[in-house]
Amino acid sequence: MVDILIIGSGGAGLSSALSSKQAGASVLVVGKSYPTNSQTSMAQGGINASLSNIGEDSIESHIADTIKSAHGLCDEQSVRDLCTNAPETIAWLESIGVPFSRLPESHQGIDSISQRRLGGASASRACYAQDYTGLKILHTLYDKCLKEGIEFRDNYYLLNLIVEDGVAGGAIFLDIYSGEVVQIDAKSVIIATGGYASIYHGYTTNAFGSTGDGIACVLRAGGGVSDMEFIQFHPTALKNSAILVSESARGEGGLLVNSNGERFVDELKPRDEVARAIFEQINSGRDVFLDIRALGEERLQELLPQEVALCKLHENIDPAKELIPIKPVAHYTMGGIAVDYTLEVNGINGCFGVGECANAKIHGANRLGGNSLLEIVSLGRLAGENAYKYAIYASNKVSSSNQLQKDREYIQSIYDNTPSKSFYKSREELGEIFYSSVGIIRDNDSLHNALKSVVDMQVDLSQMGIEDKNREDNSNLVEFLEFSSSLLLAPTIISSAIARDESRGAHYKEGFEREDDINFKKHIVINWRDEV
Amino acid sequence: MNIDISRSSDNSFQKYSLPNEDMTLLQALNFIKSNLDASLTFSVGCRASVCGSCAVRVDGKEVLACEYRVKDNDKIEPLNYHKVRRDLKVDKTHTAHLLKRVSSWIERPQDVALSSEDEKLTEKQSDCILCNSCYSACPVYAITPDFLGPFALTRAYRYSIDKREQNPKRVIDNIQTQGVWDCTLCGECSNVCPKGIDSKMDIMMLRGISVQNGHQDPSFANMSFGFDPNGGF
Repeated sequence: MVDILIIGSGGAGLSSALSSKQAGASVLVVGKSYPTNSQTSMAQGGINASLSNIGEDSIESHIADTIKSAHGLCDEQSVRDLCTNAPETIAWLESIGVPFSRLPESHQGIDSISQRRLGGASASRACYAQDYTGLKILHTLYDKCLKEGIEFRDNYYLLNLIVEDGVAGGAIFLDIYSGEVVQIDAKSVIIATGGYASIYHGYTTNAFGSTGDGIACVLRAGGGVSDMEFIQFHPTALKNSAILVSESARGEGGLLVNSNGERFVDELKPRDEVARAIFEQINSGRDVFLDIRALGEERLQELLPQEVALCKLHENIDPAKELIPIKPVAHYTMGGIAVDYTLEVNGINGCFGVGECANAKIHGANRLGGNSLLEIVSLGRLAGENAYKYAIYASNKVSSSNQLQKDREYIQSIYDNTPSKSFYKSREELGEIFYSSVGIIRDNDSLHNALKSVVDMQVDLSQMGIEDKNREDNSNLVEFLEFSSSLLLAPTIISSAIARDESRGAHYKEGFEREDDINFKKHIVINWRDEV
Repeated sequence: MNIDISRSSDNSFQKYSLPNEDMTLLQALNFIKSNLDASLTFSVGCRASVCGSCAVRVDGKEVLACEYRVKDNDKIEPLNYHKVRRDLKVDKTHTAHLLKRVSSWIERPQDVALSSEDEKLTEKQSDCILCNSCYSACPVYAITPDFLGPFALTRAYRYSIDKREQNPKRVIDNIQTQGVWDCTLCGECSNVCPKGIDSKMDIMMLRGISVQNGHQDPSFANMSFGFDPNGGF
């Protein structure tokens, strides 16, 4: 039995592994692919910390900007702690070797880190590493994990948590290599499995695997989820491929223009406002473009090399000379596992949630660019410390739960079933339904129709399954399980959106265009209860 | 459009017909899996050239499936020198072992002054996404399976010149055996890197640093120069 089982090997999982190992715990990190494949690698723009390396900034301004963007739905103390600790978080990343972009002239330590301004920020606050900030933080965390001898189990897919009398005792996994269903016992569990934006299949910047597996497991195990309706749409994804063009493109001076060549919004407003403005242009029949030509070829290569390559590859255009066609797509899920201020999951003792899968009430109704990398590292380390404190006093008795048997039977039932419907088609349909009806601008009629469609799809799930019956390395099975996770979460998102008859941050509803603090300055929490 | 994909079940190529559309290889693979053959197995991630999951070989050359535009008659195979798990999916567990042997990390950090010039020294090397394309392209693996190889050596270089490390010699000492001197400098690694990293150049730099640290090319040390050192001139 390990002290701490960490599920998910992205930035949040690796950060918590390092802090819990440092505290003295035995740690095992389990992920469905290899650690450096995770979604964290896709974060481009930066990581926020008030360092005042470029112009005046203050921790109070960072706190104020974050609270403002959250539209009343954050926990102010948690935001205050996160922003106050941000310089220390950067200093830690610096000490493990993150290759940040630097100021031209020499400075000591973190004073040498260059910073850029991102949308919704009142100062140049985002530390960055070209437009590879997430990639370089993730790989440096991984290098540090190798140094510390952190143990990994790769290619393990989470099936369910083991929870007995409201206490976590480990989890059940599908060993993707062998196809076996296995149990890992632990005194405490950290879930760091990422967000659920892939439910917008075809309309998301996210990797295919952002299917909310860990969140679905928490719901099944009796924990809660909250703020599920708040989904951030990134204003600028490439039009054809939905691949992200970082906010730093606008931070560095990029403009948004419509097909008449007119600007229509302040490019550095928070993401929800910019995304809506773009969506309205597109809805009224105009195309929208990002114009970064003014930066010139040399500066583009220096500041945004990845963007330039992606534009050439996926849109066949040279952004130094041409306009970039864009559309807003699902990018980040603010909601997730309901956790308290120690990051322990509401309803499951000894189980912690951190990163995009969890709702630590930092981002509220709208996340600021540069705050999610900060969250995964800073709160990742906090989750590791808190899980260790819990594990010291936790029982080391192996759970007598029959979850392993249940999950073996479940997997066998999938093998025994002959599907008559393709879940791949349903996955696309689900993406279409969500983008059109649970998207940037919502209305209650469309939401109700979407809910009906997904409930029908849930009924149809029994007719879906796998055509590939191999036991080993069955990605058909893994993708089916991932789709099942997304589909399980779908009604929680739509129901929360229906219940919220107002507009706040990323949730914008026609007919209810204003914030209604009296009725809705609160979190919508969803639990599953067994019917009596 | 037809493409041939290596199938591990019977060790042969299977032909698939694709719509005549401009698409990336990853889109083609997903199209096949969703519509034609759910058993085709490959690794997939971000679609944006940064997660390192989807490297394969097309007509013998390593590419990221997400950034290669598929063409008629392309022959798709898994990476070389990796244990093939199934079809195009390979086992990459050796990655961690190689990085551990190199000890590519900051061992003892120190607070130093840095500027953008220092950042530039390792900017490219730290773009590595561990896709293992270079490993697959490296001919040394045909004879030396325990070779540290291009990505691990590039990472060694990246940490060995980081001013924040108090003891960079540690990394240099770790790359002497089946490492920096075993490279043939053929440059195949640099040719295939999707991030434009020049591992060959990094290895040449590491040889220079190795010599400065008192190491020498073992083949050079053992080489006879046609004179007897005890015989005098």
